[in-house]
Amino acid sequence: MSKKIGNVWVFIEQDGGKIADVSLELVCKGRELADTLGTKVEALLLGHNVKGLCPTLHSLGVDNVFLAEDPRLNQYSPIPYTKVIIEQIKKHKPNIILFGATVAGRSLAPRVASKQLAGLTADCTELRIDSFEDKASGQTLPNKLMQIRPAFGGNIIATIVNSWDDPQMVTVREGVMKMSEAKPGRKGDVTAIKVELDEADCLLQIIERFKEEKSVNLKGAQIIVSGGYGMGSKDGFALVKKFAEAIGAQVAASRAAVDAGWIDHDHQVGQTGVTVRPRLYIACGISGSVQHRAGMAESAKIIAINHDPAAPIFSIAHYGIVGRVEDVLPKFVKAYKGHG
Amino acid sequence: MGLTILVFAKQVPDTKNVTGKAMKDDGTVNRAALPAIFNPEDLNALEMALELRGRFGGKVIVATMGPPTAANILRHALYMGADETILITDRKFAGADTLATSYTLSCAAKKVGTFDVILCGRQAIDGDTAQVGPQLAEKLDIPQLTYVEEIRDVKGGKLRAKCQIDGGFEVVETPLPALLTVIDANTPRPAGAKRLMQYKKAVTRSELLAKSGGADYEDANRLAEEEKRLKKSNLWIHEWSAADIGADPNRIGLPGSPTKVKNIQSVVLAGGTYKDIPPTEDGIKGLVHDLVAEHILS
Ligand SMILES: Cc1cc2nc3c(=O)[nH]c(=O)nc-3n(C[C@H](O)[C@H](O)[C@H](O)COP(=O)(O)OP(=O)(O)OC[C@H]3O[C@@H](n4cnc5c(N)ncnc54)[C@H](O)[C@@H]3O)c2cc1C
Ligand SMILES: Cc1cc2nc3c(=O)[nH]c(=O)nc-3n(C[C@H](O)[C@H](O)[C@H](O)COP(=O)(O)OP(=O)(O)OC[C@H]3O[C@@H](n4cnc5c(N)ncnc54)[C@H](O)[C@@H]3O)c2cc1C
Repeated sequence: MSKKIGNVWVFIEQDGGKIADVSLELVCKGRELADTLGTKVEALLLGHNVKGLCPTLHSLGVDNVFLAEDPRLNQYSPIPYTKVIIEQIKKHKPNIILFGATVAGRSLAPRVASKQLAGLTADCTELRIDSFEDKASGQTLPNKLMQIRPAFGGNIIATIVNSWDDPQMVTVREGVMKMSEAKPGRKGDVTAIKVELDEADCLLQIIERFKEEKSVNLKGAQIIVSGGYGMGSKDGFALVKKFAEAIGAQVAASRAAVDAGWIDHDHQVGQTGVTVRPRLYIACGISGSVQHRAGMAESAKIIAINHDPAAPIFSIAHYGIVGRVEDVLPKFVKAYKGHG
Repeated sequence: MGLTILVFAKQVPDTKNVTGKAMKDDGTVNRAALPAIFNPEDLNALEMALELRGRFGGKVIVATMGPPTAANILRHALYMGADETILITDRKFAGADTLATSYTLSCAAKKVGTFDVILCGRQAIDGDTAQVGPQLAEKLDIPQLTYVEEIRDVKGGKLRAKCQIDGGFEVVETPLPALLTVIDANTPRPAGAKRLMQYKKAVTRSELLAKSGGADYEDANRLAEEEKRLKKSNLWIHEWSAADIGADPNRIGLPGSPTKVKNIQSVVLAGGTYKDIPPTEDGIKGLVHDLVAEHILS
């Protein structure tokens, strides 16, 4: 009766032999989905001299790595990457493919989906397996991927289901899915793919490239002090940094503070920045726009400091201090230092 | 000579200025709480197109798929300096996901015929997917550059642009035609006052019909004359239906959309459930004490 379900695939984004964090997070999520479905997790790894990355993928639960190595795949480029992936989809018919919603992932996934005539759901924040009653056909489809995502600038949360099975594709932002523990030594397969590209596939030429490692890693931070436009000035923002240092926290910011040039973009939390889930998030002079909340609402405890009692940030806070930051922060430092 | 530049723009509800609940209780979009605007990054795309025309000559055509009221953003495009505009509208397009949308736009692009550059915004602020640009490029079988900040040069059938990547940038060269998705890295020009006076009279065929109180047989000739006159003075917004662009009915609208929205929830903020800490030394001391006791602070 029931036809065999295809495997869960994860596209592995790598640059210079380093796997993007989001790809590792998705491997862990993929493992969970595959266990529910009783299928395998397979990774798509494209690049040049990247075979050495396979053990890391195996250790996180990948059963098989499809490995495509070629100098022309060294850097991401939409047309050759799409071609290689489409060939594998046609051959192996996966059930689900997960992509990181990075700049490259948001270029590649839609191109692949368009070529395959598959549905693609963007920026999912939650993925789980459930049955779906398709009103159009009157059928109940078992084991479908529920693709849950915010839209309308964060004002709504939609559950989306792919009614065509070929395959179910989604993108997920970095920091949204949790990592699980690696089991070093866990074994898996590697399937080498023969790469066939012709000149017409390699039209784009990278003339110049500049890339820097992130100066901070907010995703792993346990305590975050975040400053917004309410800090008033660059000097005002320095108070946030001092405060963070005093209590052993990492510094983050809203986009308004980043745009004002008080701190660089690596520190931005929110829809177009990083998603964080610390033990404690202290928002100082941040109004709490939907875009900002999208990146921090999952924090275990939130303290909001704002002189406007009507600021939306209070609606997601566990503790609220209605007051001026320049007044409250020094008192906080004093109380912390005076403690124990 | 010069470049034929095609800009795809979307009319969107202004999700940043939600004045009430974004969704009605029946789960449909509450348009009343969300005024319709020109998708912000599509204004950046149009600005880039106008700058490109300024540097290399040519013409800028702006097209949108949407309900009849989307003609408003096309008039705005004319105020900014677009040469020609196209409204792609049909009840059959309703319920399109990004796959069906990009297919529809690809049919329209093919009807336009030849073009050198297609510019899209990176992302629309309602659907928020950033998928339509790359999907449209694939449908037209042309290369794509995404997250474009600036066009460096166009020479010998090639275009060079600076694109954002994670943690940096790339300068990439592509043969033309190509599709670019544009981020908010320029300042869209305001509507020109003179152009505004001139082009506020621009209409689609449906608008012309509605203005003349619905056409009857007698009117037909008069309307045809009027249409000719409007076209001559460049006040005509093309209006294309699914049939006009030769779209396969199974690939547009709801039937052409693999993704189905199962349910939608409004994000309603709980509000007022936080513990109010007085901004005094004692108040904050108490808070720090609690946090340390709960091992949140150490
Ligand atoms: C597509 C898109 C993506 C976006 N992505 C992000 C994102 O990733 N991250 C992000 O943060 N934003 C993002 N934004 C921007 C977002 O909409 C807001 O504009 C931004 O978050 C506002 O930052 P803010 O709260 O610091 O500033 P404001 O909204 O200006 O708030 C400042 C707050 O400080 C308070 N204040 C002022 N003075 C004091 C004082 N002395 N003491 C205490 N409080 C004071 C005020 O009452 C106010 O509530 C995005 C927007 C768009 C359209
Ligand atoms: C709550 C909700 C969630 C959704 N989630 C998904 C999803 O995950 N996957 C999916 O496939 N669909 C989804 N959709 C449907 C999607 O919003 C529509 O298909 C929409 O027509 C295009 O997608 P977008 O708004 O994300 O545009 P984007 O892909 O973000 O738009 C990028 C650019 O493409 C151009 N463009 C887009 N639409 C048009 C147009 N109509 N006319 C002219 N140019 C245009 C513009 O230049 C725009 O800047 C969702 C819709 C809703 C209401």
